[in-house]
Amino acid sequence: MLTPLKIIGKGVRRTDALIKSTGEVAYAADWEMPRMLHLKLLRSPHPSARIVKLNSQPALAIPGVVTVMTAADLPQREVQADIPGQTGTKAHRLGEAPVLAEKVVRYKGEPVAIIAAERLDIAEKALAAIEVEYEELPAVTHPLEALKRGAPIVAGTDNIIQTHRIVKGDIEAGFAQADHIIEHTYTSQHIDHAYLEPEAGVAWLDSNGVLNLRISTQVVEHFRSIAKTLGLPESKVRVMGTLVGGGFGGKEDMTVELFLALAALKTRRPVKLVFTREESVQFSTKRHPYIIKHTYGVTKDGLLTAAKVNLISDAGAYSYLSPWVLLYSTGTAVGPYRIPHVEVNAKSVATNNVVASAFRGFGSYQTAIAYEAQMDEVAKTLNMDPLELREKNYLHPGDTTAFGQVIEGEVWLPQTARTAMEALGEPAPAKPGKKIGRGLASTMTSYGRITWFHDTSEAWVGVELDGSVVIRTGVPDVGAGQVSALCQIAAEVLGVDMDNISIHATDSAVTPLAGTTTATRQLLMSGNATKLASEKVRSVLLGLAAKELDLEADDLDLQDGQVYTKEGPEHLMSLADLAKKAAAQGVPRSYLEMYRAPFSDPIDPETGQGHIWPDFTFGSTAVEVEIDEETGEIRVLKAVGCHDVGRAINMAAVEGQIEGSLAMGIGAALMEDLAGKNGHPQALSFAEYLLPTAGDLPELQAIVLESESGKGPFGAKGIGEPALNSVVPAIANAIHNAIGVRISDPPFTAEKIVRHIRQGTK
Amino acid sequence: MPKLELTLRVNGQNHLVELPANITLLDALRDYLYYYEVKSGCEKGNCGACTVLMDGEAVNACLVLAAQAEGHDIVTVVGLGTQEEPHPLQEAYADLGAAQCGFCIPGMIVASAALLAEKPQPSRAEIRQYLAGNLCRCTGYQKAIDAVELVSQQKPVAEPS
Repeated sequence: MLTPLKIIGKGVRRTDALIKSTGEVAYAADWEMPRMLHLKLLRSPHPSARIVKLNSQPALAIPGVVTVMTAADLPQREVQADIPGQTGTKAHRLGEAPVLAEKVVRYKGEPVAIIAAERLDIAEKALAAIEVEYEELPAVTHPLEALKRGAPIVAGTDNIIQTHRIVKGDIEAGFAQADHIIEHTYTSQHIDHAYLEPEAGVAWLDSNGVLNLRISTQVVEHFRSIAKTLGLPESKVRVMGTLVGGGFGGKEDMTVELFLALAALKTRRPVKLVFTREESVQFSTKRHPYIIKHTYGVTKDGLLTAAKVNLISDAGAYSYLSPWVLLYSTGTAVGPYRIPHVEVNAKSVATNNVVASAFRGFGSYQTAIAYEAQMDEVAKTLNMDPLELREKNYLHPGDTTAFGQVIEGEVWLPQTARTAMEALGEPAPAKPGKKIGRGLASTMTSYGRITWFHDTSEAWVGVELDGSVVIRTGVPDVGAGQVSALCQIAAEVLGVDMDNISIHATDSAVTPLAGTTTATRQLLMSGNATKLASEKVRSVLLGLAAKELDLEADDLDLQDGQVYTKEGPEHLMSLADLAKKAAAQGVPRSYLEMYRAPFSDPIDPETGQGHIWPDFTFGSTAVEVEIDEETGEIRVLKAVGCHDVGRAINMAAVEGQIEGSLAMGIGAALMEDLAGKNGHPQALSFAEYLLPTAGDLPELQAIVLESESGKGPFGAKGIGEPALNSVVPAIANAIHNAIGVRISDPPFTAEKIVRHIRQGTK
Repeated sequence: MPKLELTLRVNGQNHLVELPANITLLDALRDYLYYYEVKSGCEKGNCGACTVLMDGEAVNACLVLAAQAEGHDIVTVVGLGTQEEPHPLQEAYADLGAAQCGFCIPGMIVASAALLAEKPQPSRAEIRQYLAGNLCRCTGYQKAIDAVELVSQQKPVAEPS
């Protein structure tokens, strides 16, 4: 039974719900300023080439072209492509990338020049007028090729961007204890974030000499990187985030920022840059393709004794967040299972492909494709039910993971797996020529940042003299309801209606910094910070009320904008009157509070042992698929996501995360692929890069379990990323269940399925 | 590019505007008339974010030339309702949490309105098929379909003719 709360847990209308339905939100591209210029980027047509000639004079001669900037115009040639956020420490090698290519280009689409013009059509025309000549160089576009001796070097001395390692127990002894050894190799593809809002923003210099950027971003703290790149003091750059039209990790690294900043400084005029869909699909960061060789040792009774995993990720041309994505993969390589002997070796490799970086799941998505397929392969070998096998091996509270961290909260894996499978109900009857199959997958996914980043978030909460409440915090809302959830938390603590709360968010100049909306961290971090600040305000104001009323503060409560005693239904004073009294007596009505995540030291680099994340969300996906044996056509008939979210703050928003994850996972499993060929993406736009439509999807079922054991406010865990990771492996397992064939390289297209059926791969 | 002087009727208001002859209705609405509620997601008819009503029919504004829209009634999502006076679909989308990032929602609500005008009580399968031209990356469409179904059930049954 959950602890009773007034508004927490209800599927209340989000603070941004109606304005999004009426279309009155001003997103980043919905912004115009007087004398504003329009920017376009000249991008490399080659994945690997030397820039032999670059002459912008013909473009400058076009009336309406104001400036053309190349690498030669930059105050600082490289930008830190590293952990964004409030820490700003540079923590891995090769963490820099040029703003504009100088001398060489390393991937197709790499920016070479910025054009600023009076009108967009003039900027587009000027693109063609820049004289640029390339000498093509050999490109390396597969990570295994990039690791070979003599391969073209894209980064460092050997193309290796980062390695990570886990060594736990004695791997040889572990395999010696096994009755069966199951080994397979799995791969995954380049996936586009495909937010409906392309990357966009406007920048200008204000009357204080501050460079302002109004942009779609998950990270307002990039103002520091912008300042560093431009050689400005951090105090002279301001990032205002808009409501983000979808992020999923693709707006975690900088996108339009530096081009806007450079052009605004040079022209001293407002500038606007919006990527086209083609630029976004082909050239913005992507999800890393992985090659995963996964080996389990298991006893005949179904107990895992050992796991050995080799991970290779394709980072593309620059490092960006690849080292950290790789760390997440390393830590999740063996999933939510008790395994005494583990060895993981991981490498991230530079190629001349598009840059890969953060994407919902952040490296723990790819490993789930391998470890959950492997669980079904083990079950098949042992002729055991896949759920029964999982139940024998799931981690328990208090267990130690492969990387040495103790699981502190509840582990409701058996409940989520059973509930999801049961929700599938009776199997659909197989029509002639069709096969029906079911699949399950379970995952553990972290929420909150790496604990040795020493993550913090600040929130300011205050009561105005009319009893309305204001929250100030630098939280970017990427659409999951981050900001609305904070209002709900303040409403719960301060006993006011949601309508009586305003939140000012996402502005590096005027809101306390709350860190990135990434890593499923905002509810944990800013939810707790908002709760701390609200509780402080409540405690101080109730202290004053107690003094005024000659009662004990502990006996008082706030509800419906009134002060009550906990016993009686009669209200004693309005919150507005209490606020006025506080103002008159010089008692603070607002507080700024900081929440600090659990801090740790870095893991041991040799063994990978230590503490990596604050906590984990556990959950399962179950699906039923129908496959046409003749054509290979596949449809997902039923999809259920069941997750222990600790505590739902907004039930509808939590369901929305699970439903959206099911859809995103179905897209990744069945149709999505950038399909690079020698460094040239074959998917150019949404005409070729296919996303699931309403017509492609089944009814999506979200089941929310609440153990109240999370580290977030009111026992909440995070759900944004965790809901996604089990979807693709559940579908792979359902295909295997339907046709007896293991396909290990998503997307599982009809062509691929029919080829496997004909070849009869086991 | 030669210019055209056009009268565009949007949300019941006539605009006299001079435009390049090759410009799309999407660019005319956004860049010349500031109807920013019409979203630009792909500019080639793949995503449906720019869906508006043209004489009651849902069209992708990026696939219509501004010149073709002259003499027709254009309605954007703001023409359906505002925060002060929301359309029942806007209320239902908000109540059920159908919007996450919200970028696709103006187009999807316009498409939903066109569907209900054409077929006041569609089945869930029909709602799915009708909304298949509007891409959403956040939600899986589940709550949008619920919202359209809810409004269709609220509607009074049509009088027999």
